Amino acid sequence: MNLKIIDKQYEIEEKVDTILAALKYIKSSSNQELTFRSGCKSGVCGSCAVVVNGIEKLACTTSCNDGDNIQALKNSQVIKDLVVDMSHEAKRLQNATGYLNINSNSSILQEDEKLIDIQSNCILCHSCYSSCPVYEVNKDFIGPFALTRAYRYINDKKENDVKSHVDAIQTNGVWDCTLCGNCSMVCPANIDIKNDIMKLRNKSAQHGYMDPAFSSNTAGMDFGGGFDTGTPDFGFNPNF
Amino acid sequence: MMQDHIYDLIIVGSGGAGLTAAIAAKQKGLDVVVVSKTLPTHSQTSQAQGGINCAVDQEDIKAHIDDTLKSSRGLGDIDVISLMCNEAPSVIKWLDEIGVPFSRTVNGNIAQRSLGGASSPRACYSSDYTGLKILHTLYDRSIKDGIEFINEHMLLNLIIEDELIKGITVLDINTSEVKSILAKNVILATGGYGAIYDGHTTNSIASTGDGVVAAIRADVNVSGLEFVQFHPTSMLGSSVLISESARGEGGYLVDQEGARFVDELSPRDVVARAIYTKILNGDKIYLDLRHLGLEKIMEAMPQERDLALKFSGIKIEDELLPITPAAHYSMGGISTDINCRTNISNLYAIGECANINVHGANRLGGNSLLEIITFGKVAVNSISNDNIEYIAPKESYILDSDRAKIDTILSSDVESNFYDIKKSLSNVMFKDVGLFRDQSGLDEAHDIVINIGGQYKRSGIKDKSRVFNTSLVEYLQLGNSIELSLKVIDAAQKRKESLGAHFRSDDES
Repeated sequence: MNLKIIDKQYEIEEKVDTILAALKYIKSSSNQELTFRSGCKSGVCGSCAVVVNGIEKLACTTSCNDGDNIQALKNSQVIKDLVVDMSHEAKRLQNATGYLNINSNSSILQEDEKLIDIQSNCILCHSCYSSCPVYEVNKDFIGPFALTRAYRYINDKKENDVKSHVDAIQTNGVWDCTLCGNCSMVCPANIDIKNDIMKLRNKSAQHGYMDPAFSSNTAGMDFGGGFDTGTPDFGFNPNF
Repeated sequence: MMQDHIYDLIIVGSGGAGLTAAIAAKQKGLDVVVVSKTLPTHSQTSQAQGGINCAVDQEDIKAHIDDTLKSSRGLGDIDVISLMCNEAPSVIKWLDEIGVPFSRTVNGNIAQRSLGGASSPRACYSSDYTGLKILHTLYDRSIKDGIEFINEHMLLNLIIEDELIKGITVLDINTSEVKSILAKNVILATGGYGAIYDGHTTNSIASTGDGVVAAIRADVNVSGLEFVQFHPTSMLGSSVLISESARGEGGYLVDQEGARFVDELSPRDVVARAIYTKILNGDKIYLDLRHLGLEKIMEAMPQERDLALKFSGIKIEDELLPITPAAHYSMGGISTDINCRTNISNLYAIGECANINVHGANRLGGNSLLEIITFGKVAVNSISNDNIEYIAPKESYILDSDRAKIDTILSSDVESNFYDIKKSLSNVMFKDVGLFRDQSGLDEAHDIVINIGGQYKRSGIKDKSRVFNTSLVEYLQLGNSIELSLKVIDAAQKRKESLGAHFRSDDES
C-alpha cells in the first residue's frame, strides 16, 4: 500500500486498518522523524485529527486505503509534520463563554438534557476550524466548536444568564459564518455545527440583535426586529 | 520566567482529578498551575464510559461501602471508602451544578444504571460518554475560572529536599528544553500505567505512569502495583473499550456455540478470567447485544455502537461483537493517606496514579470517576492556606542531570530501534504478568524485562530534532514503562496468593 504524507511517499508492507496504524507503522519502522499526535486510539480524546484526501478525519477511526494523501490540519500553524498549534483553543472558548455562567437551579427533565446531548459530545479535535473558510481569513473569528459550545450552554436549562453568552458571540461570531456547512460535514462527533450557528442567530435575534450586513443594507428601515431566518434575504446561498 | 515564579500549587495532569483539584484550588485562592503532557481534554478520563457511582439513600450508602470493600478483597481502607461513598451525593450535585449533562429519568431524576459488582443500580451516567462529558465540563469551568495551563510538558522528576517537595522538572515537548517549575505544593494526578501493556490495553498511549515512576525514583512510597484490572470487553484486534454499561443494560457474553457461560455482572476480574480461560482454550467470545434492539442501543450506548461500527465494522444490533480482555486500570500507585498526602511533605497524589486504598485488589465500575472528583477536592482541602515560606532548592542536580540526559539522547548515535523493545516489553507483560500469573512466568518475565532494560540503555532515537520530538517523548515513556514493569513484576512475585485482579494460577489454597 502506498501513502502520501505531507510531501513524502511511503510504502507500507503490513496490513494496517487505520490511518493512525499506518502512521505508527511508518514511525516505528522507516521514518522515526514522522511526527503526529495521538492518544486514546478510540475516537474520543480528540488529539489525532488530520486531513485525509482533503477532508478532516480522526486518524484513529479512519480506515487506510492505497493512495491516501495525509496532511496536517489547516488554518493553524504547523509545528512539525502533522502536529499543529492548538493554543488558540482556550482563547476561542473564553471568547465564546463556553461555560455555565450562573446556575438557574431549574429542575432538569429528560427532554432538557436531550437538547444538549449531541453538542456536549464535542471532543475539541479542531477538525471544524481546519475546514472553516471564515477562520482561514479571520483568525479572530470565534469559530465552529466554540460557537457550538456557546449554543450548548445557551440551550442548557441550567443556564440562568443566556444573555451574556448571546452578547459574547456577536462580534466575530454568529454573523460572520457563511453557513457553508464544512464544519458539520467533517465533525467526527456528528455535531451539526452549522445548524447550531443558525439557531444561535435566532437566539441572537430574540435578544434584539440583527445581522450587521442585513441591518446596514436596510439602514433607516424599521423591521421591528425579533425575526431572523438565519440567512440573508438576498444573494445566492448554495446551502438553500 | 516560569523558573523564577513560585506557585502555591502545581497540579501535574489534566484529567478529571487534576481539573477538579485545579478548580478547587482556584476557589481557595491558591496560585495554581496545571502541567499536562497532552492538551487538557486529551486525557484518559475522556474514555470513561459507564458511569459514576452514587448511592440513592443512607441505606444504599452502606451497601455502596460494602460492595466497594468486598470488591477490594479486604485491601480497601474502610475509612477512605466511607468518605468517598458518603461524599458521592455532593460530588454528583456539584458536577450537575457546574453543567455536566447527566441523563435523566422520566421524572427528571438523574438516571442510574447497574454496573458489575454493585448491589443496586447506582451509576449516574451521560449516555455512554460519562467521562468525556464530565472532563469537558470541568475544562469549561477551568476556562471560566481562568486557570493557568502549561500544556505539552512532560513530567521528568520531582525536586525533593529534606523530605519536602520543592517543584518538578519537565520536558517542554515543543522545544525539548528541560525546565524546572517550583511550588510550595505539588499534586500528582498523572494517571495510571496501563500502557505498559501497550497493544493489550484500553488505555491511551499516554498512560505510561510517568508520575508513579517519578515518585519511585524520588523514594516516594508506592503500593499495590501488582493489581492491574483487566477489562472483560475490549474489541478484538483494536483493544478499544466496550463499556460495562453494555452488560449493565442487559448484554450477554456468549462463546462460539452461542452459549452464555458467566454471570455478566460479576466483578470485572471474575468475568475477565472466565472469558480469557475460554480464549486460552481456543474459543471465541462475543458480546451479544442483539436482543436489546436498536432503539435501546441508540439511547443507552450510542458510543459503543459507533465504536463497534468504526473499529470492527459490526452493527451491534444485528451481529455478535468479538471481544477479549485488556489491561484497563491500575489499582496500585503512589501511597497516600486519607487526605491524599504522600510520605513527602506537601506532595499529594490523586486519581489513578495514587493508591489511597479505595479499590484494593479490584476496582468496581463507576468508582474511578467518583474517586477522581472526590479526592481532587480532598487533596486541595488538605493543603494549608497559610502563607508558608518557600525554601528554594539548595541543589540543582536534578535539573542539571535531566538536561544532561536529554542532551545525551539527542546527540548520541543509535544502532537499535527502541520500538522493537517496546513491543517485546508489552508482550511479555501481557503474557506473564497479565490475567493469570505464576512463579515461573513471573521469574521469566523479570529476567526478560531486565534484559529489555539493558537493550533500552543501548538504544536511542534517530530523530534528533528539538522541535516537538515525539520519539523523544516515547523513548522517555518507554524508560518509565520498563522501570515500572519491574516494580509490577516484583510486587506480583511477592504476593503468592490470588487476590482480586492478581490471580496466581499456582496458588493452591
